[in-house]
Amino acid sequence: MIGGLFIYNHKGEVLISRVYRDDIGRNAVDAFRVNVIHARQQVRSPVTNIARTSFFHVKRSNIWLAAVTKQNVNAAMVFEFLYKMCDVMTAYFGKISEENIKNNFVLIYELLDEILDFGYPQNSETGALKTFITQQGIKGQLQTKEEQSQITSQVTGQIGWRREGIKYRRNELFLDVLESVNLLMSPQGQVLSAHVSGRVVMKSYLSGMPECKFGMNDKIVIDKQGKGGASDDAGKSGKQSIAIDDCTFHQCVRLSKFDSERSISFIPPDGEYELMRYRTTKDIILPFRVIPLVREVGRTKLEVKVVIKSNFKPSLLAQKIEVRIPTPLNTSGVQVICMKGKAKYKASENAIVWKIKRMAGMKESQISAEIELLPTNDKKKWARPPISMNFEVPFAPSGLKVRYLKVFESKLNYSDHDVIKWVRYIGRSGIYETRC
Amino acid sequence: MTDSKYFTTTKKGEIFELKAELNSDKKEKKKEAVKKVIASMTVGKDVSALFPDVVNCMQTDNLELKKLVYLYLMNYAKSQPDMAIMAVNTFVKDCEDPNPLIRALAVRTMGCIRVDKITEYLCEPLRKCLKDEDPYVRKTAAVCVAKLHDINAQLVEDQGFLDTLKDLISDSNPMVVANAVAALSEIAESHPNSNLMDLNPQTMNKLLTALNECTEWGQIFILDCLANYTPRDDRESQSICERVTPRLSHANSAVVLSAVKVLMKFMEMLPKDLDYYGTLLKKLAPPLVTLLSAEPELQYVALRNINLIVQRRPEILKHEMKVFYVKYNDPIYVKLEKLDIMIRLASQANIAQVLAELKEYATEVDVDFVRKAVRAIGRCAIKVEQSAERCVSTLLDLIQTKVNYVVQEAIVVIKDIFRKYPNKYESVIATLCENLDSLDEPEARAAMIWIVGEYAERIDNADELLESFLEGFHDESTQVQLQLLTAIVKLFLKKPTETQELVQQVLSLATQDSDNPDLRDRGYIYWRLLSTDPVAAKEVVLAEKPLISEETDLIEPTLLEELICHIGTLASVYHKPPSAFVEGNHGVQHKGLPGSAGSAESESPDAVSAGAATEAPAAVIPSQGDLLGDLLNLDLTPPATTGPLPHSGGMQMGAMDLLGGGLDSLMGAGFGAPPAAMPPAFSAPVSGSLYDLFDLDNGVGMPLGSFCPPKTVWLPAMKAKGLEISGTFVRHAGVIQMEMTITNKAMSVMTGFAIQFNRNSFGLAPAGPIQVPSPLSPNQNIEVSLPLNTVGPVMKMEPLNNLQVKKTLVVFLFRQVFLATWKDIPNENESQFQIKDCHLNSDAASNKLQSINIFTIAERTVDGQDMLYQSMKLTNGIWALAELKVQAGNPNYTVSLKCRAPEVSQCVFQSYEAVLKN
Repeated sequence: MIGGLFIYNHKGEVLISRVYRDDIGRNAVDAFRVNVIHARQQVRSPVTNIARTSFFHVKRSNIWLAAVTKQNVNAAMVFEFLYKMCDVMTAYFGKISEENIKNNFVLIYELLDEILDFGYPQNSETGALKTFITQQGIKGQLQTKEEQSQITSQVTGQIGWRREGIKYRRNELFLDVLESVNLLMSPQGQVLSAHVSGRVVMKSYLSGMPECKFGMNDKIVIDKQGKGGASDDAGKSGKQSIAIDDCTFHQCVRLSKFDSERSISFIPPDGEYELMRYRTTKDIILPFRVIPLVREVGRTKLEVKVVIKSNFKPSLLAQKIEVRIPTPLNTSGVQVICMKGKAKYKASENAIVWKIKRMAGMKESQISAEIELLPTNDKKKWARPPISMNFEVPFAPSGLKVRYLKVFESKLNYSDHDVIKWVRYIGRSGIYETRC
Repeated sequence: MTDSKYFTTTKKGEIFELKAELNSDKKEKKKEAVKKVIASMTVGKDVSALFPDVVNCMQTDNLELKKLVYLYLMNYAKSQPDMAIMAVNTFVKDCEDPNPLIRALAVRTMGCIRVDKITEYLCEPLRKCLKDEDPYVRKTAAVCVAKLHDINAQLVEDQGFLDTLKDLISDSNPMVVANAVAALSEIAESHPNSNLMDLNPQTMNKLLTALNECTEWGQIFILDCLANYTPRDDRESQSICERVTPRLSHANSAVVLSAVKVLMKFMEMLPKDLDYYGTLLKKLAPPLVTLLSAEPELQYVALRNINLIVQRRPEILKHEMKVFYVKYNDPIYVKLEKLDIMIRLASQANIAQVLAELKEYATEVDVDFVRKAVRAIGRCAIKVEQSAERCVSTLLDLIQTKVNYVVQEAIVVIKDIFRKYPNKYESVIATLCENLDSLDEPEARAAMIWIVGEYAERIDNADELLESFLEGFHDESTQVQLQLLTAIVKLFLKKPTETQELVQQVLSLATQDSDNPDLRDRGYIYWRLLSTDPVAAKEVVLAEKPLISEETDLIEPTLLEELICHIGTLASVYHKPPSAFVEGNHGVQHKGLPGSAGSAESESPDAVSAGAATEAPAAVIPSQGDLLGDLLNLDLTPPATTGPLPHSGGMQMGAMDLLGGGLDSLMGAGFGAPPAAMPPAFSAPVSGSLYDLFDLDNGVGMPLGSFCPPKTVWLPAMKAKGLEISGTFVRHAGVIQMEMTITNKAMSVMTGFAIQFNRNSFGLAPAGPIQVPSPLSPNQNIEVSLPLNTVGPVMKMEPLNNLQVKKTLVVFLFRQVFLATWKDIPNENESQFQIKDCHLNSDAASNKLQSINIFTIAERTVDGQDMLYQSMKLTNGIWALAELKVQAGNPNYTVSLKCRAPEVSQCVFQSYEAVLKN
């Protein structure tokens, strides 16, 4: 299991060091600094073995987190734990920075003591932790016996992510369907790979221990219902349903029930959390198409023309559109003309950045640029990195629709109708690239 | 509240100040002081002098302060064991506290204080806490047992904590179950045979129930534990799989990977024709793909594991090529891993897309990545024959870019393509030659030289090209020198008239001016060959080379099986067994896949049983030992493989049959020849024709594992840097002895002999150290006899000759039993056959037979008749001995066969006939 956990600043100074196992010596701290943080070349592997000691490391802004072990640990678990550690710290004090860590080092030690015991990760749900972590939390003495046992049963219980006795005057929930569309397209417009990775994020402000059921236009579910119900209904809904390649759920969702009935039922944590993640590859609506044209005129000039076409309902508006056209390293000057938005050559990023605030569906726009090059005797050809795009659209490119989210709370007297529900769809660009 | 101020105090007299503050009456002040102490501790200052003062603050009901003091204690108790005793009372008292949080805190902290005296006091409180009414305390106590076991294992056993821990597996609280499982698994790892984790169907059921309810981490502990279970039959296996599959949808990647591990393992038990088997295969793909959208570090872990899964069960991801396409912004470690998997998944169906991608990658920035992409194009050509032409033209395009490292890498892979498809793409040689000057890396230079030598007759100025390399001969690396030597000899044999001078020049450079024994020996051998028998030289040097095989970097099957059992762990990330990087006995036990309905081993169960058969040698007759030259290649093996390697099943048998001249059962597979370097050599006996039985996928352990074994003669002295060993096994009064003649054929004195046996099926190991009177001067030879016993798995002796790198060498000639066995088999089992119309001389016949693993043991000439004594062994362990009479000028051969199972004689004869007439 994890033998120790160290946090360093970018210079390699130790901010936090907690050793859980005897086989990790004090010199392990220095070994990592010398071999990884101060190493000349970039990181070639997130797991580094130094003198039979393995270091798992992640970097958040300028801060290094390293978990150390000498055993054959579950590597995936160690990384998951490091991410979780980052989440917990962020939930407590915001951004992970040297200053924040120094300001909260006592808290971090207390957390580390609680969520990692002898190197075994323990309950690390922030909601639960906040009930008994003394730093910046409640003070130990004030608890009554009932409160204490409530805490321990929550921390160790089946529903470790939610505490009893939550009350809201107004029961409300917000669902955000957040998708990122990823595309890799050849210069000829052939889709090399495309997929949507989506998340359903829920903010729940519900009283008691509500039982929720979530439904969406999952093809498997719709088809199953279609078979049982009216036949014409199946034909109609068949078009609207989407094929989900795979999905993963927050630990509150009953996985065995999903596996057997494909229904998503759960008791939600309080506040914001990620209910599920999913991935689709079929019938994706690609909101934009990029058509590049690059022509080399002699050895010192490049002509670039890029057309973008929006491909969704004309009534919808895409926002924050940005097209990034890479330029060679030996660029000396650029002239740009664009029909819409603003375009600028950014020498430091070796790219022309073209920004458009808003664009409706079924429109097109273009940019042309002349790039002057310095003559070089470098034999190596320019690698031509792909043209990338960023945008935000108010629909789900996968076609996912939320059909219902039912809330049942038998003990308290509110029903599904009383809950105010909000649903929002946002599609963003993931890695949206067209080769040129 | 900002605590960062504690980091900045650096003034003198700080310790005294802190001391005063710690003894202050005010709680707030005390707390501030302890915080300061902990800050100093973190930045590495020694604050152990404050121990008594800090411990004094321990008796408080302020939980916050208590936690701080405990933190300090855990750090310094070990350096101040006597004072740590002061804290014991408080711990014991806290374990009785009404607040469960405090009870748990006390028991958790006590376990972290690794002081012997304290552990005694820990037992009673721990016993109480293990049975505490509060689950939070119980789950903490469970882990504490593991802590205590780490400090004092005996104590834990004596106090009966292990039984209490086992009881916790039936606890009502899922988290207690999970922690108990984690603790027990860890303890069980250090007692490999204790059967501590007594996995039976009842416990399995409990674990599977807890699996649905506990935290994500608990699910990982339980799944990792489940993976160690061996189901009784396929039905149980299926029902466990059914209960584990829902975990594949968990948001935590580690849960998913651990579930994949359980499924991959238990799948082995399922019959392949079962519907559920197909369903399961289909269910595995989507979660694996989803792992690739996790954070890059996890992607890396996932990719390393997918690499294993794809090797074991390529069908799972065969349609998912696209997800492994490299993204421009992927970190380099993700890119390199994706590339590896792309090649593994490449097939005729997707090769066009793959090639287009690879070509794209070859223009990227990162040098390592580009090189690997270029190399991948070559591997595609070798793997998918239909694509070879496309690959070659892609490589030529890349060579045109003139980017130095791209060109060099391309030339290296084109050499391999030539070896796979000889006489097909030689038209490109001209283009390659144009780039001769830009090659500055040894591997590329060596590859180019090989090409020039191999195709010398088609390159008009081959002699000039090679001569140009010769100028700086001594500055070249060994690899290039060796290649240059061979290439020039090849050239000479092809165009003897104009290159005589050149060959003399290179031979004298290699033999007279070089310090490198490899080079010298190769030089001498060529020299001797050329001067004594140029025709033979031609046969040797220009012999037809075997084709290289498709996959050169597959993980050796037994290791792969073990790694599959370690999916998700570090072992699967390093692609090494845990013993290679874990010290002590923590988790290094060998794990293996359960025997199964459809696995490769069971297709050749005979091979396994044959491995167990040990037939004692009884007499000795001479045989040709030079077949065994390969055994000498110890100095080329990676260090990791010289350790104890698990051996099992059929894999090694393939190699064994080859080596053994039929009499192989004594020598064992791994002897001297590193198992890991052997290409997979599953014998694949197909019922029916006996001919197939002989047709092993001969895998001799060639050092690079990159091509199928040649049957050419190896010269031991050359491969072993001048050390030549010949030897034999004999049995004197029941003791097996290895008799060796050790000859120093090098120029320098040899000292420091040692011998090492790889683990082998028979447990053969030296019974004592080898006695070699050192030093051994050049051209001296000595006879050594080494008694062996059959008890040790591995015996390792002291480092080998330091000067000459590793020069261990053991050659074995096997020469045994033929006569004795011949006499042993009753005469009625003898049968005679005639093979008519065969126009081979005895040598050619012997060679041909050898190609199907019938080995000539001895040969003699009686009255103008060549008598060949041969032996063979069928994969099911049946021996057959044969006497082949060949008379010059008479096309009819006589074969006399003797075998304990006379039924096979007819079949053996048929294969003889088939081979000799073919």
